[in-house]
Amino acid sequence: MDKFVTLKSLAIPLDRSNIDTDAIIPKQFLKSIKRSGFGPNLFDEWRYLDHGEPGMDNSARPLNYDFVLNKPEYTNASILLVRENFGCGSSREHAPWALLDYGIKAIVAVSFADIFYNNCFKNGILPITLSNNEIDELFKVSSNQKLEIEVDLPNQRINFLNDKFFEFEIDEFKKNSLINGLDEIGLTLERTQEIKNFEQGYYDIYPWLK
Amino acid sequence: MGKTLYEKIFDKHRVLSSDDTHLIYIDRHLIHEVTSPQAFEGLKINNRQLWRKESIVAVPDHNVPTMSRDEGIKDPVSKIQVDTLNENCQTHNLLQFKMSDERQGIVHVIGPEQGLTLPGMTIVCGDSHTSTHGAFGALAMGIGTSEVEHVMATQCLIQKKLKTFKIQVSGKLHPLVTAKDMALFIIGKIGTAGGTGHAIEFCGNAVETLSMEGRMTLCNMAIEAGARAGLIAVDQITLNYLKNKPFSPKGEMWELAVKEWQTLKSDSDASFDKTIIIDASEIEPQVTWGTSPEMVAGITQSVPKLTDIQISKQPDFQRALKYMDLEENIPLSNISVDKVFIGSCTNSRIEDLREAAKFIKGKKVNSSIKLAMVVPGSGIVKKQAESEGLDKIFIESGFEWREPGCSMCLAMNADRLEDGERCASTSNRNFEGRQGKGGRTHLVSPAMAAAAAVHGHFVDIREIN
Repeated sequence: MDKFVTLKSLAIPLDRSNIDTDAIIPKQFLKSIKRSGFGPNLFDEWRYLDHGEPGMDNSARPLNYDFVLNKPEYTNASILLVRENFGCGSSREHAPWALLDYGIKAIVAVSFADIFYNNCFKNGILPITLSNNEIDELFKVSSNQKLEIEVDLPNQRINFLNDKFFEFEIDEFKKNSLINGLDEIGLTLERTQEIKNFEQGYYDIYPWLK
Repeated sequence: MGKTLYEKIFDKHRVLSSDDTHLIYIDRHLIHEVTSPQAFEGLKINNRQLWRKESIVAVPDHNVPTMSRDEGIKDPVSKIQVDTLNENCQTHNLLQFKMSDERQGIVHVIGPEQGLTLPGMTIVCGDSHTSTHGAFGALAMGIGTSEVEHVMATQCLIQKKLKTFKIQVSGKLHPLVTAKDMALFIIGKIGTAGGTGHAIEFCGNAVETLSMEGRMTLCNMAIEAGARAGLIAVDQITLNYLKNKPFSPKGEMWELAVKEWQTLKSDSDASFDKTIIIDASEIEPQVTWGTSPEMVAGITQSVPKLTDIQISKQPDFQRALKYMDLEENIPLSNISVDKVFIGSCTNSRIEDLREAAKFIKGKKVNSSIKLAMVVPGSGIVKKQAESEGLDKIFIESGFEWREPGCSMCLAMNADRLEDGERCASTSNRNFEGRQGKGGRTHLVSPAMAAAAAVHGHFVDIREIN
């Protein structure tokens, strides 16, 4: 997993609440057995005017130019700005895979759905939660001008408009995993003996689970 | 101070803790074809072994066709996914209920049905509706594919403790009001993010009197309220359901297990982070009118008026009505539908089919309905229904009687809505495009879906004799 320390990019303002994982990556694209290649189908139903299916040449499809991702100024942006409950619905990790494959590395929102929030960290994406008022202010700024954000994970803040900043909360363990790009499975496997010890006592007490 | 049910199960599975981050042990790992291939691939790349093969049970459900099974899977991409599951199960020698197995079905239906879901267990699956299994007093959570791989390799999950949320439903439900209506009513009250960061425990006499099927429906929808887990305390109804299931403990082991399971309830002095009390008599049969499960109302109600919606939620409201092609303030009973889908991990169990059949028996599907289908939750449910003659009731009325799978709940197989079609669906999500691009979903109970099939529009089933 790539490390995440700081990131500077334009923020793509996608002014909606309750954006679900079906919208982020529609189910017909979940049939892949790979982790990559989902980027061209991120927000497929909003991004294109036709119906997308796996195997199509996405570069030849008609784009919905009203959709913010298709605005030329955001072509290389890697921060997404949204409202409440982003990533609700299905547990599909294809949603963060699609975001990452497209190039999104940080998402700024009022709140996230639990499973999606967790899935982001496993893929080096930083989900940032701010208050309603703070998100409102960011949307206001972005309605007048292009909003450039600098994310500073070690200091847990985002800087914008030269001298403005908001601080955000993040769990210490998750922060550390991102900054160091840690392999969580490798970390847990370092505790193999403790897991084995646990099992020994456990199946003595609950033998029907053996 | 006492402990909640959630805390009891969590603490029993705690391998180690560092500050507020814990490593918890996982008893049961359910897998299906969509969210497991990348996890197996990850293990292979890193040359890692499966920690405990016996904990894993596999079943293909999302992609499987619900008709002409003997012809196999026609969609080549779906076929690769199901074949990949077969190969992975074969390579690692895992228990799998293949498409040809009578026990195949939706993962959240077959776990309990086979006695693979037991009280007090920690259960995970790469599927958000894993919350279903909490109906058995288990801690059951949906996880992403990276965590599927983590559990495969370590038998553990890295977890923070969730907050606890007690939802007490007191009083008595109207006999035709179901667990589905209860779930939708609760989501309407607390919102789709109302349970975020929490494990919900459902209690109160309206919950205690539910069958296991009803309890599974309720816990299944906990995720639609934003909660990763839903739980219900173990009681005699739980034990009666599990006794003699194929994989349930037998003989002395059963006795030993029951003794432990009977402790699986919140202590009377346990404290919850949040509590709400709901009066069951207030709950009507529910119908969703928008594109989020919280956009819901009782059948005697109308689509809300814009002026009744909080200003901050008005843009979402307007977008939802536009997508659903509905006007504000129209009575829900005026909404007619094109298709009817009875199925999904929410409502495809035997009791759901019996309830639906009551409203179909001796009647015909309305001529305005393009397609009405029943997709049983498993081969075992299908067989049971057929032995009771339910299949004949459905078929004679004009319903299609299909093979088990997730089907039109998420439309990964061939079953889907066409652009603009409106569906009465017993599934769990009415998101834009969920049942097919441009499709419009109204979530209801099986009885409400059946009645809508007969009448061509939603009706108050309490008013039908």
